[in-house]
Amino acid sequence: MEWRDTGILLSTRKHGETSAILEVFTPERGRHAGVLRGATSRKLAPVLQPGAQLDIAWRARLEDHLGSFTVEPLRSRAHAAMADRLILSGLNAVTALLLFCLPEREAHPALYRDTETLLDLLDRQDIWPLAYLRWELSLLEELGFGLDLRACAVTGSTEGLVHVSPRTGRAVSAAGAGDWADRLLPLPPVLLGAGSAEDAEVAAALGTTGHFLTHHIAAEMLHKPLPVARGRFVDALSRRARRK
Amino acid sequence: MSSTRDIDALIDLMAKLPGLGPRSARRAVLHLIRKRALLMTPLADQMQNVASSARECVNCGNIGTADLCDICTSNKRANGQICVVEDVADLWAMERSGVFKGRYHVLGGTLSALDAVGPEDLRIPRLADRIDDEDVTEIILALNATVDGQTTAHYIADQLEHRVTLTSLAQGVPIGGELDYLDDGTISAALNARKPI
Repeated sequence: MEWRDTGILLSTRKHGETSAILEVFTPERGRHAGVLRGATSRKLAPVLQPGAQLDIAWRARLEDHLGSFTVEPLRSRAHAAMADRLILSGLNAVTALLLFCLPEREAHPALYRDTETLLDLLDRQDIWPLAYLRWELSLLEELGFGLDLRACAVTGSTEGLVHVSPRTGRAVSAAGAGDWADRLLPLPPVLLGAGSAEDAEVAAALGTTGHFLTHHIAAEMLHKPLPVARGRFVDALSRRARRK
Repeated sequence: MSSTRDIDALIDLMAKLPGLGPRSARRAVLHLIRKRALLMTPLADQMQNVASSARECVNCGNIGTADLCDICTSNKRANGQICVVEDVADLWAMERSGVFKGRYHVLGGTLSALDAVGPEDLRIPRLADRIDDEDVTEIILALNATVDGQTTAHYIADQLEHRVTLTSLAQGVPIGGELDYLDDGTISAALNARKPI
């Protein structure tokens, strides 16, 4: 069995003295693991950082086997993130969430494209938090928990949408919320593609998407906690918002 | 009972050492047996000594044979600088260079979401205590230029901000390095850190 594809490196775990088990995200095979021999070499180790774009060939005797990779680096992305603590924590959040949420060997070509676009923006510190928020919405959509924010779930109105139902993920207007308002999640304008997309607003929106990641996606995984990397990114973003 | 059982057991143990496999372990054991008086007995005695006395320095995490390592007990090293490294091997690498004259702090790893290593698993609280205890003026973050290493560096910087001067090692072209062989990330870092000549 063998295939060749391009992909994004999600993680590297040391295996023996010179090898590593890599997990990559590819458009056609989704999240896929394999052993890479010589991964700790001086030539390969610097490029095997999370987020790197790789040309990957996988080979195994049987489909079920872990198999082995040969990789060729196409471009490195981690260097664009390392100097900035917010962007670096964002890169960690992306790779950690993909490792956490995606089942192995299940193709998600649309999410792959969105992820590639997001990671290519790592050097754009000004718009990256907003791009990350959009990517997290895509992730929820891809996994079947997309938010429906087009109209109020109660009144059908498209005006005055200020809440999200924590159960259904549908928008609710102020008028439709009534006495239930305090039980609903906030719907910052940035989630509707409006507003100024300030850090504080993006952080609030991530609070809402975080609810669905925790109570729907993580809940399906025996209530495993969300990766701490995501929490660190949201904390870093909130901190930057307070400083402004 | 096999007459080589003990020797086979020794080979098996040696083969577990870094850099050695079964074949090289067999060669090493054969060499030790041939140099029994000169090498094997002193080696066994020394290993016994180190096995009973080696411990981590309670202050910095370096490995020594006393509760406080030589660097922490030396007044000459108390120059107000602490170099934070991930591992004892990194400390030894820094000491090999002979350039740094301050003290060290060994974290014992880096933050890693994948391996569930959190701040509480590293010696970060002790580092914060040392700032006051040892009148530290500068913390040098000499962590690896990897995503995990730099994530840890930023975390420590967040924790110690405003308390002390924080610096980190430069990143760029290694001595003897040729641009043609460098990865794009290293070239990018080197270009961003360029300096007047």
